[in-house]
Amino acid sequence: MDRTIRVLVSKVGLDGHDRGAKVIAYGLRDIGFEVIFLGIGHTPEQIVITALQEDVDAVGLFVLSGAHLPLTKRVIEGLKEKGGEDIAILVGGAIPDEDKTQLKEMGVLEVLTSGIRIDQVAQLINDHAFTRASHKRV
Amino acid sequence: MDSKWRQLMTDMKSGSVPALSRLITRVESREPGWMEAMQEIFPDTGKARLIGITGSPGAGKSTLTSQVACILVEQGFTVGIIAVDPSSPFSGGALLGDRIRMRDVSCLEGVFVRSMATRGALGGLNQSARDVAKIMDAFGKDFVLIETVGVGQDEIEVVKTVDLVLVICVPGQGDGIQAIKAGVLEIANIFVVNKADREGADQVVLDIETMLELGSDSDALKPLIIKTIATRGEGISFLVDQTLDLLKTLDRKDAWQKNRIQEELIGLVEKEIVGLIKKHWNETGGLDRAVNQILDGESDPYSIAQKVTAPVAGFFKQK
Repeated sequence: MDRTIRVLVSKVGLDGHDRGAKVIAYGLRDIGFEVIFLGIGHTPEQIVITALQEDVDAVGLFVLSGAHLPLTKRVIEGLKEKGGEDIAILVGGAIPDEDKTQLKEMGVLEVLTSGIRIDQVAQLINDHAFTRASHKRV
Repeated sequence: MDSKWRQLMTDMKSGSVPALSRLITRVESREPGWMEAMQEIFPDTGKARLIGITGSPGAGKSTLTSQVACILVEQGFTVGIIAVDPSSPFSGGALLGDRIRMRDVSCLEGVFVRSMATRGALGGLNQSARDVAKIMDAFGKDFVLIETVGVGQDEIEVVKTVDLVLVICVPGQGDGIQAIKAGVLEIANIFVVNKADREGADQVVLDIETMLELGSDSDALKPLIIKTIATRGEGISFLVDQTLDLLKTLDRKDAWQKNRIQEELIGLVEKEIVGLIKKHWNETGGLDRAVNQILDGESDPYSIAQKVTAPVAGFFKQK
């Protein structure tokens, strides 16, 4: 696929620990993605609006506050409501195993916890972007 | 134009933000059909006023752009923002961080912000940024603010065709205008001395004034110099008022309009011809062969360039 892949990387909710988000952002940039980096302290609604304006293929939500379930839910619902249901969601942070399953059931493409390899993340997004471009998009 | 393009155009014209956004992606990626799409969009353009915002890295362009947009929205205008950051020449990837400073404005009603990477193509950004500005214009934005990457040659190209250019300077960078010496000085309509609470701000103003005094064209309208502190919003209202006034009075003569169209037309034709040759090279492996010929000393870049453009030259000779 010729099209450059675009990803939104953001902290969501109230915590300032952005190292993980930055590691992923830099890694994806070095693989050749265009990463829109939002930084800390965004509401799910702001993230939804940004994702739609930037027409990203995926959104990476990074949460270390423990509120990953409700925050992710609000992003997914917001995207659905506003016509961005084909944008993949990845959640990063210190996520307990039982919540991982729940997040995936909610429709999260992958949960990124420590130890995940950046090329795996890139491959997942790449595959999603390809399907998105060839089938779902108007 | 296929049905997907058609659908996007219809949705965009009826005000759909996702459609606007996807149309931008397609045009920016030069997906087949983009030129036909732009042809259809073109008659709907020309209503928005385009403002270019440029300056050295870290001068406060994003913060200032955000503040200016906020005030325009307060005054009842709709605003599109194009925020450009550089692509890595190695990976082709980019970290687009302008939105970090645009938090207040990017979710306001009537505002649409789009981050763009330079994508390496020489001069390529100019045209696609212009195209995106046109799409925002056709969408109905009253103003389109184009925030460039830090100063160099390329972003001068970008802002050459806008209605008004703000050049942002800050204290603490050599003798104030070191960073913006050539080229940028000539295109500024308003100089903004940002971070004006810092030591040396008055010196920067003085430096710019001196520079302008030395300018050869004494009849030309002297650019304004306005001090701001963008992080605190100080001086921004005044800046916006002056910008709006200037937009009303700025006399864009026929010559300027012609020059701007000419500039754009040449750019487009260049990209098209080079694009065709690149496509041909990709399909036939011609570029690799040419490179090897040069490496082996069998040929040189000049001969190959001449050969590959010969059909075009031949066409015009026949005429």
